[in-house]
Amino acid sequence: MLPTDSRKLSFSRCIADGDLVIVYERHDNMKAVKVCDTGVLQNRFGVFKHSDWIGKPFGSKVFSNTGRFVYLLAPTPELWTLVLSHRTQILYIADISLVIMYLEIIPGCLVLESGTGSGSLTTSLARAVAPTGHVHRAASAREDFERTGLSSLVTVAVRDIQGEGFPDIFCGLADSVFLDLPQPWLAIPSAGKMLKQDGILCSFSPCIEQVQHSSEALRSNFTDIRTFEILLRTYEVREVKMESCQGDEGSSLGSLPCKRRQPSSEGRNGSEISSSPTVMARTSGEARGHTGYLTFARLKCVT
Amino acid sequence: MSQKNPEEVSNQNPRITWEGCSVLLDINDGDRLVFARLTAASSLKIGNKNCNLQPLIGCPFGSLFQVDNGKEGPFLSRVLPTTQGNSDQVEGDYLIISESKDNRAIVDNNTAQSLTGEDIDALRRQGATGDEIVQALIANSATFENKTSFSQEKYRLKKQKKYAPRVLLRRPFARSICEAYFKKYPARIGFLRVDSLSLLLSMANVTAHSDVLVVDMVGGILTGAVAERLGGTGYVCNSYLGVTPYPMNIVRIFNFNNEICKRILQSPLCDLCSAEDGTIAQTEQLEVALSNQKQSNDEIMSSDSPPNSISMEGNCLSSENGSMDIITETAASPFIKPCKAAKAGEKAPQEATKLWRENGFSSLIIAAPDLDAWSTVKELLPLLAFSAPFAIYHQYLQPLATCMHNLQLEKMAVGLQISEPWIREYQVFFDLKFVFLFNLSLFFCNETR
Repeated sequence: MLPTDSRKLSFSRCIADGDLVIVYERHDNMKAVKVCDTGVLQNRFGVFKHSDWIGKPFGSKVFSNTGRFVYLLAPTPELWTLVLSHRTQILYIADISLVIMYLEIIPGCLVLESGTGSGSLTTSLARAVAPTGHVHRAASAREDFERTGLSSLVTVAVRDIQGEGFPDIFCGLADSVFLDLPQPWLAIPSAGKMLKQDGILCSFSPCIEQVQHSSEALRSNFTDIRTFEILLRTYEVREVKMESCQGDEGSSLGSLPCKRRQPSSEGRNGSEISSSPTVMARTSGEARGHTGYLTFARLKCVT
Repeated sequence: MSQKNPEEVSNQNPRITWEGCSVLLDINDGDRLVFARLTAASSLKIGNKNCNLQPLIGCPFGSLFQVDNGKEGPFLSRVLPTTQGNSDQVEGDYLIISESKDNRAIVDNNTAQSLTGEDIDALRRQGATGDEIVQALIANSATFENKTSFSQEKYRLKKQKKYAPRVLLRRPFARSICEAYFKKYPARIGFLRVDSLSLLLSMANVTAHSDVLVVDMVGGILTGAVAERLGGTGYVCNSYLGVTPYPMNIVRIFNFNNEICKRILQSPLCDLCSAEDGTIAQTEQLEVALSNQKQSNDEIMSSDSPPNSISMEGNCLSSENGSMDIITETAASPFIKPCKAAKAGEKAPQEATKLWRENGFSSLIIAAPDLDAWSTVKELLPLLAFSAPFAIYHQYLQPLATCMHNLQLEKMAVGLQISEPWIREYQVFFDLKFVFLFNLSLFFCNETR
C-alpha cells in the first residue's frame, strides 16, 4: 500500500500478480481484491477475470463478460477505511486525520496503539511513521497486515492493555499513544510511563462519561488536556435550471434538477437569459451525527 | 552568529531546544502565541518587560517558564510542575458545587483593593517575586474571601498572568503552527483550519517517498505540513503560475533539517507542463477569482483520478487574460524574528522536473483561495500518475461545486466528494459525581454563546 523509493505510483506502474487493488463500483461500493493470475471477481456486473487486469495501469476501467465496468484503484489508507467500513465499528477519516495531526506523528515515530476495532487507524498510523518508524498495536485478536503490505511497519500483539498495561520494553520510548478502549482510564498510568516527555496521548471514547473519567485520570501526569468532536458534512452537487418570473408560464417544469447540461434552446424562444443552468450544492442527508470524542493530552515535562 | 550547521542540528535530540532553533512560545496559557528563534541575543517582550530567551536554550520542549524579577531586571526561570500538584484543584472543583457563596454582594466600585500602584512598585523594588505580589494582592483584597472559589481562582489567575506571566515552550509542528496562525492571522493561511489541513494530508495520501505537487497560496503552511510528513524522502513540489513563486515564509518556522529542506522545491507551472505532448500549457489562462467576503466555511474536495481522463486539447478555454495579478500577502510574518534558517524552496532542477513528467506526481493538493479551482485542477491533473489522489481546499463552497461538476462532466476523476469538517472543542468537567451538573452547565454554555 505504501510507496518505497523504487516502487511508487507512476505512469508506467502496472497492476501485477499479487497486487492489492480497490475495485471501485460506485463511491459507496468498493472492495479490496488481491490480484491473482487465475482469480475471478464476480459481482452484480458479471464476471471479471484478474488476468485481464494484469499489465493495465492502476486507475483503469475494466470490463466484465457482460460489458459492464469497474475501476481498479491503487489502495490508500482512506480507500482501505471505506472498504473496511462494511465490517465493524471503525474510526472514520475525519477522526483519523485529526488523530495523526494532533499526535504529531511524523516519519520515524514510535507509536503505541491499543484498540479493539478493525485496524482502520493502524494503516494511517503506519503511513505516517514510514519508512523508519514503527506502530505497535495491542489488540484483542491477532490481525494480518500482510495483505496491505504493512507488516514491516506494524507489530500486532494480543494483550489486555486495561489489565496488564503496555509492555515495559517501551518504557519512555513512545512518541505517541492511542487508546481505543472501553475503560481507557485503566491504561492511562501505563501509557504515561511509555511516553517520552512532552509525548502525546489520545483516547477515543464514544461517551462523555468515559471522557470525564479519562480526563480525571490524566490530570496528575498530563497537561494540555483537550477534548474534540469532529464530523464531516458532505455535499451533493447538481446543475439546476432556474426559471425566472418573466419567462413564459408554459415551461415552468424546467426547474427540475437535471444531471447533464441540456441545450438551453428547447422550446424557449428568446428567454435564454432566464433559464441559464447553475451549479448548486446542498448537504447530503446521510451525515453521521456522532462518532466519538477525541481526548488529547501531553505528558508533563518534569526534568 | 554561532548557529549550528544543519548536520549538527539533524543529530540533535528534537525534543530539546538548541541555539538557533525555532520555537513557539505560548504566553499565559494561549493568551499570546509567539514564534521565535532561540539565540543568546534574542528577547521577548512580555507586558512592558523585555526578557532574554537564553535560559530557554537546551531545555526540553514542554518546559514552563515564569518571569521573575532579578537584580538585573526581569528574567525567565523554569517552573517544574509537581506531578501530583493538582490535588488542591480537585478539591476546588468540589467546592464549586457544594459551597453556598455567590458573587451577588460584590460591587464594582474600585475600592476593594487597598494596595496602590506605588505599593506594588515598592514591593518590586524590594525584590518580591511575582508570586509574592499576587499573594499580597489577595491578602489586601477586601472582597476575595467572599468570592466563590471559582471566582477566587479566576482572580488569582488574572493577577498571576499580570505579575508572574508564564511562558510555555512548544515545538513548532504543522499542528501548532496552523493553530497559532488560525487564531492570530487566519487570512494569511486562507482560513485553513487545522482539521482541514489534516484532512488534506490524509486525502492526498501524503507519506514518505511520495512526490507531492502543491499549489500553496496559504503562506507555506501546506508546503511545510507536507514536507513534515515526507520526513526527508520524496519531494514536495511547490508550483506557481507566472514567474514569481508564492511566499512560503511559514516553512521557516518548522525546524526542518537540511535533508528535509532539500526536498522542498519550487517550480513554475509552465516548466512542469511544457514537455507534455500536444498541450502547451497556457498558464495565463487561469482566471483570478477574487473573493473579499468573509465566511469561514471550509470545503475540501478529494478524489482519485483515473487514467482514462479525457484529453484536454479540445477543452482548453481561450480566454485573453494575458497578464494577471495574483493577490497574495507578501508581507513577511510579523512574529518571527528574522534569522537564518536552512534554505528550503530551491528552484526544481531539470532532472527533477524531467522525472516528475515521466512518472507523474503521487498526489496533488491545491490550497489557492485566489485561483479558480476548476481551471487550476484541469491544468494540473494530467501531471498526476494514474489513480493518484488529489485534494482541493477552498474556504467557499461554490468554486468547489463548479469544479466538481466539471470534473464529473468531463469524466476526469472518480470518487469525487465535497466535504466540510466540523470540529468543536468540549469543556470537560472533572468530577464524576456530578455528571448531571456537567450536562446542565453545557446547556447554559449553549444558551449564553
